[in-house]
Amino acid sequence: MSLQARTAAADVVIVGAGIMGAMCAYELASRGLSILVIDNGTGGATGAGMGHLVVMDDNPAELALSRYSIALWNTLRKRLPEACAYRNCGTLWLAANDEECGLAEAKQARLVEYGAQSEWISASALRQLEPMLRPDLAGALKVFDDGILYAPATARWLLHQQDGRITVQEGDVTRVEGNRLCLSEGGWLTAPAILLANGLGAFRLLPDVPLRPKKGHLLITDRYPACINHQLVELGYAASAHADDGTSVAFNVQPRPTGQLLIGSSRQFDTLDKRVEFDVLGRMLMRAQDYLPGLGELNAIRGWTGFRVATPDGLPLLGQHPDQPGLWLALGHEGLGVTTASGSARLIAAQLLGEAPPFDPAPFRTERFVGVASHTPGAAA
Amino acid sequence: MITVYLDGQPLVMGEGLTVAAMLTLSESSIARLSCTGQPRAPFCGMGICQECRVTIDGRRQLACQTLCQEGMHVERTV
Ligand SMILES: Cc1cc2nc3c(=O)[nH]c(=O)nc-3n(C[C@H](O)[C@H](O)[C@H](O)COP(=O)(O)OP(=O)(O)OC[C@H]3O[C@@H](n4cnc5c(N)ncnc54)[C@H](O)[C@@H]3O)c2cc1C
Ligand code: FES
Repeated sequence: MSLQARTAAADVVIVGAGIMGAMCAYELASRGLSILVIDNGTGGATGAGMGHLVVMDDNPAELALSRYSIALWNTLRKRLPEACAYRNCGTLWLAANDEECGLAEAKQARLVEYGAQSEWISASALRQLEPMLRPDLAGALKVFDDGILYAPATARWLLHQQDGRITVQEGDVTRVEGNRLCLSEGGWLTAPAILLANGLGAFRLLPDVPLRPKKGHLLITDRYPACINHQLVELGYAASAHADDGTSVAFNVQPRPTGQLLIGSSRQFDTLDKRVEFDVLGRMLMRAQDYLPGLGELNAIRGWTGFRVATPDGLPLLGQHPDQPGLWLALGHEGLGVTTASGSARLIAAQLLGEAPPFDPAPFRTERFVGVASHTPGAAA
Repeated sequence: MITVYLDGQPLVMGEGLTVAAMLTLSESSIARLSCTGQPRAPFCGMGICQECRVTIDGRRQLACQTLCQEGMHVERTV
């Protein structure tokens, strides 16, 4: 690909200034490219999510991507300013019974294969580490490298790095065709490469791509003297996160550096209604209180919702559109896009510039669900 | 008349006032400090803005949504 098109707006135009667009801009600009990022200001999942940097291991591709991504965050974290609120708090995956102890053991074995260090915490050690948890838990698996991040501030910070090679412009993109795009105020922009990192906004630009919204609720408490030290997640979380249909809730609580507790999580399919639903929020909080009996004593100050964007197999689309040369996709990060932004951006940059991919790109290829080939039977298997 | 304790200091007042009103009557209407240490006082007066969070008898509550009671202990959140 030639990066010297004369009339180009930049070497790469990125649609979307969320964590994905920002990280791709940062990564590509670090190689000397000029980047134009266009965002319409509606905002997306980056401002709504939890910002837990977590290795997930539901399948080898997710594990490879999230593990690689955490390693990248760990090289970046020393440079992040305090506004990004990075903390290396680790994750405690809580086992409520013998069956979940088995899940923890299997998880530990999978993680170690990818170099992610974890340690089994016994029931009594867990009571010492996290006294606010109910006392009858069977134990927990502590994953050391996991952390937390304030994603909107991090996206802003990333967009200001790389010596002015990144320009951010407000604008609403209404159409994309290969390496050109149309803005709502009229006029087309052309660039050697266009990258869609616009989350939910991709529904409108690429209606054929099978993306589904998964609504989530979050609630945050007032500030209190620190009462939790790790991100706490129930081991049953993965089952809930991947349930195909229906509404599910799982225990997932994050200690904010301010002393607030950020409480999740819920999942609902195929609604774009932003309103907080009190039955879902209520179920989520009952689940949280089941693990943290003292939670009811705390004052909540705000609840909200956000939408994860999911592909049929739960893995993001990372690569060039099979039928539209010059159009690149970084979409469908579901509930893990803050974590995986770093690895995804590295893979996109490698593909765009013909470098060796940092990990196997095959599970993320766009042909799974995009373009003519994806409509032939078995293409997305 | 009832007696309410604000940060340990007794204040004598008539019945029927909210804790937010009591703060206003005290020498400073500050309810709490923000994350960055800025003073915050009751703003909306109707339970929406969350600026008036104080600790009342050991629990974090909204000053504008709570009526003063005899012997109540109110602490500013700092
Ligand atoms: C409730 C919830 C909890 C989550 N928790 C976590 C977590 O703990 N850890 C984790 O790793 N991930 C989590 N996620 C997922 C994560 O937040 C997302 O995967 C990630 O933020 C996606 O970032 P993005 O940049 O791809 O998309 P977005 O943040 O949605 O950004 C898209 C941007 O594109 C812009 N845009 C859209 N359409 C257009 C257009 N036509 N023209 C111009 N601009 C446009 C929007 O304004 C927006 O700024 C969570 C998500 C939710 C909803
Ligand atoms: S003053 Fe706004 S909530 Fe009390």
